[in-house]
Amino acid sequence: MADGDGAAASGKLTEHSASGAEKGLPRRGKSLSGRTLNTAQIPLVASHPEVYEPCDDSFALVDALLSDKAQLLTLQPRLCMEVGCGSGYVITSLAIMLRQLASGTQYLATDINKHAAETTQATLEAHGVHADVIVTDIVSGLEKHLAGMVDVVVINPPYVPTPEEEIRCKGIASSWAGGLNGRQVIDRILPAVREILSERGWLYMVALEDNDPLDICHLMSEMGYASRVVLKRCTEEESLFVLKFWRDPHTGTSASPKSPKSESWFSQLPFKSLWHKGS
Amino acid sequence: MRLLTHNMLASNVRGATTGYPLKLEAAKWVTKEVDLNADFIRGLLPKIDWRALVAATRALGLPELLPEEQPPEEEIFAEGAADVEGSAIRRIHHALLEIHVQEGSLVCPDTSRCFPIDKGIPNMMLHEDEV
Repeated sequence: MADGDGAAASGKLTEHSASGAEKGLPRRGKSLSGRTLNTAQIPLVASHPEVYEPCDDSFALVDALLSDKAQLLTLQPRLCMEVGCGSGYVITSLAIMLRQLASGTQYLATDINKHAAETTQATLEAHGVHADVIVTDIVSGLEKHLAGMVDVVVINPPYVPTPEEEIRCKGIASSWAGGLNGRQVIDRILPAVREILSERGWLYMVALEDNDPLDICHLMSEMGYASRVVLKRCTEEESLFVLKFWRDPHTGTSASPKSPKSESWFSQLPFKSLWHKGS
Repeated sequence: MRLLTHNMLASNVRGATTGYPLKLEAAKWVTKEVDLNADFIRGLLPKIDWRALVAATRALGLPELLPEEQPPEEEIFAEGAADVEGSAIRRIHHALLEIHVQEGSLVCPDTSRCFPIDKGIPNMMLHEDEV
């Protein structure tokens, strides 16, 4: 099942931590050849006119998960969940990536768009993996009984800055319309996700420069979460970050937000330099 | 939707008190075998609402699958139990992870609001005036 996995994963790591990612290489072409063992295969990803197709942001999130694959395998997550699963490319890739685990890991995925949920189901089936897919707003209906149970949450949120009213649009618009600074949906998602994350849980989330990722990290830090930039990537249109959050006893309201640890961490964030490079 | 997910789902419709457990009405369901992992079940079981799980199996017409009361852990996780046909752990594993409800509905116990399950996907979306 996992033949050659290690080699493929490490090859991939070198590739995107070096310059390849920044040069905007054709992601799709690569996924046909190099990714078959580790991620969902694009030709097998289902599609629907009202569902967001895997794009640079989806690939960035999956690449970030790939770069953390060894840690994810060590974590042996019991429950993994994607909020806003769209085409299903990300949750399917995660399930494939962790398939070698004998820990009985289970997967859940939600989307507000019924067509996306069905598309995700078809993508999962095409790859021989399973997740229970639910049509709901973020995690509505799950927040109480799933509280503190999910070990890995992955989110490619609707992060595009748009007029506020676009957030309420149905269908494919719900995959990208993020309101003011692209933060309005993100700011609803984060508190809900903190409810369902387990003590040892990890959250991976895509964010855009416009979303002020530093501010997101700071807000999460006030709630007791440490953070790290797993991947940064400038495409022609946007500069993308994949942020990772986890509970840290040394972070949060009890400790000073300006504790040496968080300060040194924030000062390392490459947002500014990257922004200049990209623009 | 597996019964594991049913066990985690509640109705958030306006007027619901707990919205839990959702009454399962299954028109079509299938079973798919998956490997049993005792450690997974052991970690999960304290989080499972046993009565909701039993109610769901009975709603599927499987009154014999699980007993009314949860068996003691010593019995569930007894050495070698996973290899014994019909053991408690095998039944629990089957109930939680191998039954897929394809078509049917989930009914809010407080308001009777019905959430459809279509192609295996429960739709928990509420209209604006229901939130």
